[in-house]
Amino acid sequence: MDSKKDEIIISAQNVEFHYENDPEDKTPPKQVLKNVSLDIKRGQFTAVLGHNGSGKSTIAKHMNGILLPCGGKVYVDGIDTCDEDRIFDVRQRVGMVFQNPDNQLVATIVEEDVAFALENLGVPTDEMRERVDDALRSVGMYEYREHSPHQLSGGQKQRIAIAGIIAMRPDCIVLDEPTAMLDPKGRKEVLKTIRKLNHDFGITAVLITHYMEEAAQADRIVVMDNGEILMDDVPKNVFSNVELMKRIGLDVPQVTELMYLMGQSGLPSDTHIIDEEECADALFALLKN
Amino acid sequence: MPMIKTEGLTYTYSIGTPFEKTAVNNVDLEIEEGTFSGIIGHTGSGKSTLIQHLNGLIKPTSGKVFIDGQDIWSKDVNIRDIRFKVGLVFQYPEYQIFEETVYKDIAFGPKNMGLPDDEIDRRVKETAELVGLRQEILYRSPFELSGGQKRRVAIAGVMAMEPKVLILDEPTAGLDPKGRDKILNQIKEYHRQKNTTVLLVSHSMEDVAKFADKILVMNKAQVFCYEDTPDVFKRADELTSIGLSVPQITRVFLELKKRGIDIRTDVYTTEFARKTILEYLENKGKRGGANA
Repeated sequence: MDSKKDEIIISAQNVEFHYENDPEDKTPPKQVLKNVSLDIKRGQFTAVLGHNGSGKSTIAKHMNGILLPCGGKVYVDGIDTCDEDRIFDVRQRVGMVFQNPDNQLVATIVEEDVAFALENLGVPTDEMRERVDDALRSVGMYEYREHSPHQLSGGQKQRIAIAGIIAMRPDCIVLDEPTAMLDPKGRKEVLKTIRKLNHDFGITAVLITHYMEEAAQADRIVVMDNGEILMDDVPKNVFSNVELMKRIGLDVPQVTELMYLMGQSGLPSDTHIIDEEECADALFALLKN
Repeated sequence: MPMIKTEGLTYTYSIGTPFEKTAVNNVDLEIEEGTFSGIIGHTGSGKSTLIQHLNGLIKPTSGKVFIDGQDIWSKDVNIRDIRFKVGLVFQYPEYQIFEETVYKDIAFGPKNMGLPDDEIDRRVKETAELVGLRQEILYRSPFELSGGQKRRVAIAGVMAMEPKVLILDEPTAGLDPKGRDKILNQIKEYHRQKNTTVLLVSHSMEDVAKFADKILVMNKAQVFCYEDTPDVFKRADELTSIGLSVPQITRVFLELKKRGIDIRTDVYTTEFARKTILEYLENKGKRGGANA
């Protein structure tokens, strides 16, 4: 197990990407990704931040070969995503969850939906039963296995979509704004599920998000801006750049912003503080007696 | 006279079936003209059902709705006029765009109102500018625009009707922080210029705290409270107990209070938090001086 610890599961090397223009349009196509290099380690929980159009979803779609680089290479577990013969091997290793829960569920019963990919892969029935049950348990939706997906809340639907991926037993799960359409309760459920899968089952997780408080829970944050990687560090260090984050259209947690404002007022402060507990500790120390 | 008034408003879905559910239960509400109110409550609390009553999309099971003093379901009121008076922007309004140019899409509502062409033209250009859509975009297909731009086209379409009441159901869902602040600032600016009564439905306590003068909290099909924004956050403890997530910064101040620091807990923006800390330290300085 430990020997695998530092193993790189996804490696993007000097990736360039642009969409094709209309044949009539003679202007050069807009570069969506410019020379992006990024290694994702096995077992890591990485969040990717960036405003709309920064290229964060585009890089995510390169991670299981939905998009192929125009220049550079992407390797998943050592497999080149451009190798057409091995694209299924790539997708079995890296599963993808999208934004809209309603667009991802295909079956009329929850457990059939989770089994969908396994049927396509030709997994034997006994094993399928076991994998579907395990997957539903791991996202906390086992009791709902015989429900119809349309009766579920948005957060529950997303967890079913995640279960469908988990049932394939991937090494890595990439989630492209999975909480954007959910209410606060649904958001919490989904994030808790991602953390559990990462922590308890060692599944590598890549989370594309707009929510700073979600990113704050990751091991590592990659900040994209204008098709490039602007920052790549632990959450504390990323969020401490309050001015830079605001300038590129992102936010920082409220507690970090408060620390920044206090610093401006000449009070002792530390903008590496990103969670409530630490902030309360710091303020308590300042305010008591 | 309040702009919006409800009396004993009750709505029950699927009456007489096993799925019968009262979504809005005996709600009495008065909203004054020109206020900017936020509506908060979790999924299923009745906020969407409530707002759909305010322009007559749903007829109450019992109770009354008054807009600008008129009972909207009385015989002498034309419900179509109420819909021009109360503009409703749904969630993901960009899915409702259908015209071939941005201009035509924004002009659709005003045109239905039977306004003259030059008035329609003024309104389309004015609202487009207000929501930050450049002139040259007006003649493009709305389907070529980015998600955030499409959202602003849809909102401009409702604003162009110049309703007396503008209701927006989660206008920032799915946007990035910059897009979110941009739209909310534009709505605030529209409110300032036109003195429109605005209702903003949101899941984000932070957004509502930043933009609304008053907050309506819905819980279990009833009004939990409708008060000025600072007063609502004085009840942060109660809000947490009904399962609403108060802003992160409010939670920090509640925690400080719990640890024995005698500090106010109705703190809901970072700027206010800084002020509160500075005041606390200053007062402590004074007290400290007196003790010595």
